[in-house]
Amino acid sequence: MNGGDNLVAVIRNLSHRYGSVTALDDVSTEIPASRLVGLIGPDGVGKSSLLAILAGAREIQEGGVLVLDSDISSAAARALICPRIAYMPQGLGKNLYPDLSVMENIEFFARLFGQSREEREWRIRELLKSTGLAHFADRPAKKLSGGMRQKLGLCCSLIHDPDVLILDEPTTGVDPLSRRQFWDLIDRLRARRSGMSVVVATAYMEEAEHFDWLIAMNDGNILAVGAPSDLKQKTDTKSIEDAFVALLPQRKRSIAAKMNCLPPIGNAPPVIVASKLTCRFGDFTAVDRVSFTICHGEIFGFVGSNGSGKTTTMKMLTGLLPSTEGEALIFGERLEAGDLEARRRVGYMSQSFSLYSELTVRQNLTLHARLFHLPPKFAEERIAELVDKCDLAGYLDSLASTLPLGIRQRLSLAVAIVHRPDLLILDEPTSGVDPLARDQFWELLIDLSRNQGMTIFVSTHFMNEASRCDRLALMHEGRVLATDTPAELIKAKAAKNLEDAFISFLEQEKPGAVSPAILNQTQVAGLEHDQAACRPAQAAFFSFQRMFAYAIREGLELMRDPIRLMFALFGTTLLMVVFGLGISTDVNNLTFAVLDRDQTPESRAYLEELRGSTYFVEKPSLKDYADLERRLKDGSIDVSIEVPPNFGIDIKRGRPAWVSAWIDGAMPFRAETIRGYLQGMHQLYLADPVIKTTQPAVALPAEIEIRFKYNQDFDSIYAMVPSTIAMMLALFPAILMALAVVRERELGSITNLYVTPVTRLEFLFGKQLPYVVVALSNFVILFVMAVVLFQVPLKGSFLALLAGTIIFVFTTTGYGMLISSFCSTQIAALFGTAILTILPAQQFSGMMTPVSSLSGTAQIIGRCFPMSYFRPIAVGTFTKGLGFQDLWTSIAMLIAFIPILTLASLLLLRKQEK
Amino acid sequence: MRSLSNIFWLGTKELRSFFSDWVLLGFAIYSFSLAVISQAQSNSQELYHASIAVVDEDHSELSRRITHAFIMPLFKPPVLIAQSDIEHLMNDGQYTFVIDIPPNFQRDVLAGRQPGLQVNVDATAMVQAGLGSGDAQQIINTEIAQFISRNESTPLSPVNLAIRIAFNPNVTTAWFTSVMGIIGSINILAIILAGAALVRELEHGTMDHLMVMPVTPFEIAMSKIWANVSVIAVAVSLSLYLVVRMLLKIPITGSIPLFLSGTALYLFFATAVGLFLGTIARSMPQLGLLYMLVAVPMNVLSGSATPLESMPPWLATVMQASPSTHFVAFAQAILYRGAGLDVVWPQFLAIGGIGALFLALSLARFRSALRSASS
Repeated sequence: MNGGDNLVAVIRNLSHRYGSVTALDDVSTEIPASRLVGLIGPDGVGKSSLLAILAGAREIQEGGVLVLDSDISSAAARALICPRIAYMPQGLGKNLYPDLSVMENIEFFARLFGQSREEREWRIRELLKSTGLAHFADRPAKKLSGGMRQKLGLCCSLIHDPDVLILDEPTTGVDPLSRRQFWDLIDRLRARRSGMSVVVATAYMEEAEHFDWLIAMNDGNILAVGAPSDLKQKTDTKSIEDAFVALLPQRKRSIAAKMNCLPPIGNAPPVIVASKLTCRFGDFTAVDRVSFTICHGEIFGFVGSNGSGKTTTMKMLTGLLPSTEGEALIFGERLEAGDLEARRRVGYMSQSFSLYSELTVRQNLTLHARLFHLPPKFAEERIAELVDKCDLAGYLDSLASTLPLGIRQRLSLAVAIVHRPDLLILDEPTSGVDPLARDQFWELLIDLSRNQGMTIFVSTHFMNEASRCDRLALMHEGRVLATDTPAELIKAKAAKNLEDAFISFLEQEKPGAVSPAILNQTQVAGLEHDQAACRPAQAAFFSFQRMFAYAIREGLELMRDPIRLMFALFGTTLLMVVFGLGISTDVNNLTFAVLDRDQTPESRAYLEELRGSTYFVEKPSLKDYADLERRLKDGSIDVSIEVPPNFGIDIKRGRPAWVSAWIDGAMPFRAETIRGYLQGMHQLYLADPVIKTTQPAVALPAEIEIRFKYNQDFDSIYAMVPSTIAMMLALFPAILMALAVVRERELGSITNLYVTPVTRLEFLFGKQLPYVVVALSNFVILFVMAVVLFQVPLKGSFLALLAGTIIFVFTTTGYGMLISSFCSTQIAALFGTAILTILPAQQFSGMMTPVSSLSGTAQIIGRCFPMSYFRPIAVGTFTKGLGFQDLWTSIAMLIAFIPILTLASLLLLRKQEK
Repeated sequence: MRSLSNIFWLGTKELRSFFSDWVLLGFAIYSFSLAVISQAQSNSQELYHASIAVVDEDHSELSRRITHAFIMPLFKPPVLIAQSDIEHLMNDGQYTFVIDIPPNFQRDVLAGRQPGLQVNVDATAMVQAGLGSGDAQQIINTEIAQFISRNESTPLSPVNLAIRIAFNPNVTTAWFTSVMGIIGSINILAIILAGAALVRELEHGTMDHLMVMPVTPFEIAMSKIWANVSVIAVAVSLSLYLVVRMLLKIPITGSIPLFLSGTALYLFFATAVGLFLGTIARSMPQLGLLYMLVAVPMNVLSGSATPLESMPPWLATVMQASPSTHFVAFAQAILYRGAGLDVVWPQFLAIGGIGALFLALSLARFRSALRSASS
């Protein structure tokens, strides 16, 4: 205990609120340096908030915090000390990237801390060796077990040799053996670097026994601070768990509820019989030939780490998953997927407390009662009974999402037993719930089993809970290691408690999983290197290495998600074909029908003009006005032409004759075009000298020549295909990018932005680069399609097009980036991007009508959308044959978007969590 | 009976979740109000404020009359430019139309020498070029004819053509774009709402919970369908009555109740497709991507932007399989042409049939989707 007077952190009057919930309430304390300091207390008392603030990941709302003698409320101070701090957030490998391999994950962090290739390589080698991960260097993080994932998280935290290591519940949900190994590793690290401070939060009170210093927290307050022995002495208790309960103020403590299990009654009939149950997902065996029998009235426990197959087995029993092999009998029958009757006898409470969080407690209960078709009167009584029993009276009208975990758990239980099932299956019902609430919950379970004869099948990773079951099955990697009563299991291994017994079973399974001897050697090697290692250079304003760290990471992730990659590369191809062919302003194949009430050579001569047109297709003649009206109404003709009686006679006599046309106006653009066609044809008719009218054809006073520039045949494909390229490059990069940033936020790896030296600008540009590359490859594909498939030649400068495209994809990815900077969920970002790109791209950016001719909000939206400036470049180079000198204004406008979008994203993206 | 009660109660839960999500609610309101209004008022599908320039090398009374004949709102006031500027101004896309009146134009017209007059049209501004070139020709012809006859009324030709537009006499595009805007919003919302409702339950684990209770996949699917259909149907009715009729003052001749019942039928299809996509996607982002590939073409190619007749025949045939095409067809028939059920029943039948097919497909996939979600 050297440097006992040194402090790693000083906290003064710190308060933190989330809306109306107070996480930290005027907390003041000092954390000694060079020690293993533990934060203990149940979930939701402010441990995580405190650690996140210490690590600089969360903004300080009120109060002051000094870490390593720097005031971390200032961004400059944070930048200075953050290379000396490592932070591992709560949740298994939350700051890791599941699609990246072990090696790639560590490399990513090494790059963030600006290590050279040489330094990076020896450090990684050493860390992998000392954690026993060396054999798994190429395995993706998502395929690691919980314990291994925690070790990887530790490697990533240690890569830059921090002075302070902040770990938030590093061992929750990890099996006891891995947990023990994890603490051994921490001990060795501390032995090697005696100056290192470690601050840990944990929910396992047993672990806290070994810490140097404890901070006990409850309800946002600090209950007590001191060495474990002091705390125990102060409260006159034997264990930290008891000490903690004793420290709790006014709350009513459970009265000797520890062990009141009565033995089950005699030889009861079996309720569940599982024989050789096996479940495979692809080549991965989740559950491997599991067999057990659960008898009536028994509390049967399933014990094992996360990912050991507990949940999968339970899902097979409830019929949610079919078993690959083997069978399970429930109440002596095979459970069929569609068997609704059997479901009425089973209650199931899944791991995630599957309540409808948007409903209130009462609504949840009533909904379930109704789904089980309990008679209304009975349902009312039953709900009242459950509310009383589960102590929910004070919460009846609160939303399930606002309940504390412990209450939610009781509500889940009430919901699961609302129909009085004979069998209750509970999947990790108590994870994340504080010790007191856990006690109360078990009292409820025991009551159900003993007094109501319910059979209970429960899974857990807490050993003290497991010891309350009548019988246990120890599970590991899909297999049952042993099944017996807790007492027999302990006896079989001659262990002092259940945890030790479990560990011996595990060790028997894979002897010598970690050999301490090897580790001691690497320790020495590490020590030598440590001295040689120099502190990473002070955070530069912009580091290309850190930017590329993000770019490489993002690129790797994209490569590993084939669905996203396929979509990114070929989604545009598909839509290009569809849109290139489908969006058109050419109006043709128009249908018309004739009501010729004259039937003379003159009338036929007039109609001949129309019939000869390629735009029109004639339908059977109209019989009368009613027919005309009907066919216009049902849309079977687009236009009707009526030639009145006496048309021929009028012409012959030189009286002005009239022909009338009715056009279907349901689609105005088409109607206008038809009108134009008809007028043109009428002019042609008049000018046609062949027409046998008595009057000479009138010569027009002037010859008006319409010259369609750039596209003599006025074929819409020459404008539409380049425009479609612009549209595709506006939609897809934006949507890919929008997912990319918000994804980190939703999955939690955004923490790496908060606590490492990477700046926001490096983060944003790094994320943008891979998508710019994807967008450019899209452009190449689209370009080739335009030229080869659609035969739209490039008449102008390719270089100008390319330059414009590169700038444009920077703006469209930037546009997505901006949207994702203010969205908090992936679906919101997708929604937002879809609605904010599709409409402007299709309607307001010149695709159909020049932006300058739009009116109202449409023009404003159009002017703010980058595609309005790229479309002229695409169409200009393809169809107008232009080059740089004609297009520089558009290119300049596009360039202006980049700093604006980036700046806006920077302002919206925070370097700390609120 | 039991099944109906399950469907009803599960549906009320869907409604509660929808109304507790304020962002979603705000989004729905936006897409049926502001989005519809800005599309209706954009004038993007008509000749409106087209930019025009005149190169007047004649400086005569006739050339001035022609210049002044181009008036708002079809054309912006013409700008006089020099001949040498034509090329680069059109390259820049500054003007869609440039009229070149040659020297001595008036003298030659009066002398009956039929001088030429050039109208340069930027053919890459598709809508304006197509509609405006005919109009420009007409305007110039009329102006010259009136100049010659010194008379404001045009003399009648031996044969005259009276063109009238049925159902929308002034060819107001807002009539069309507003309702097509609503249809677009329906497409966007219906599919994603139903799909997200399913994926959300898969991701939150509440689907497992439902599957162990005595309810069938059919009941779960139907509850999501009726809840989402009713929410959007109400939004559409409000949008039609309040936004389109009252705010935009667009007269609707046809039977709105008939249109709404068709809409409900279409929503049944769209939510069934959403559920189907939800059973394919393993996560929300994948649902979003799938949605883009399915819904965007369905929306763009439905005939609301480009008439089906203008598409290649094979594509038009393929689009017959998409209910969105039938939806647009009956929307136009009912709302503008005042058609009744006797006219639109084939479309109703097609939409209902395809919807039922997708419902069957998603039910068939329900269990395997659960499996992949829990693996």
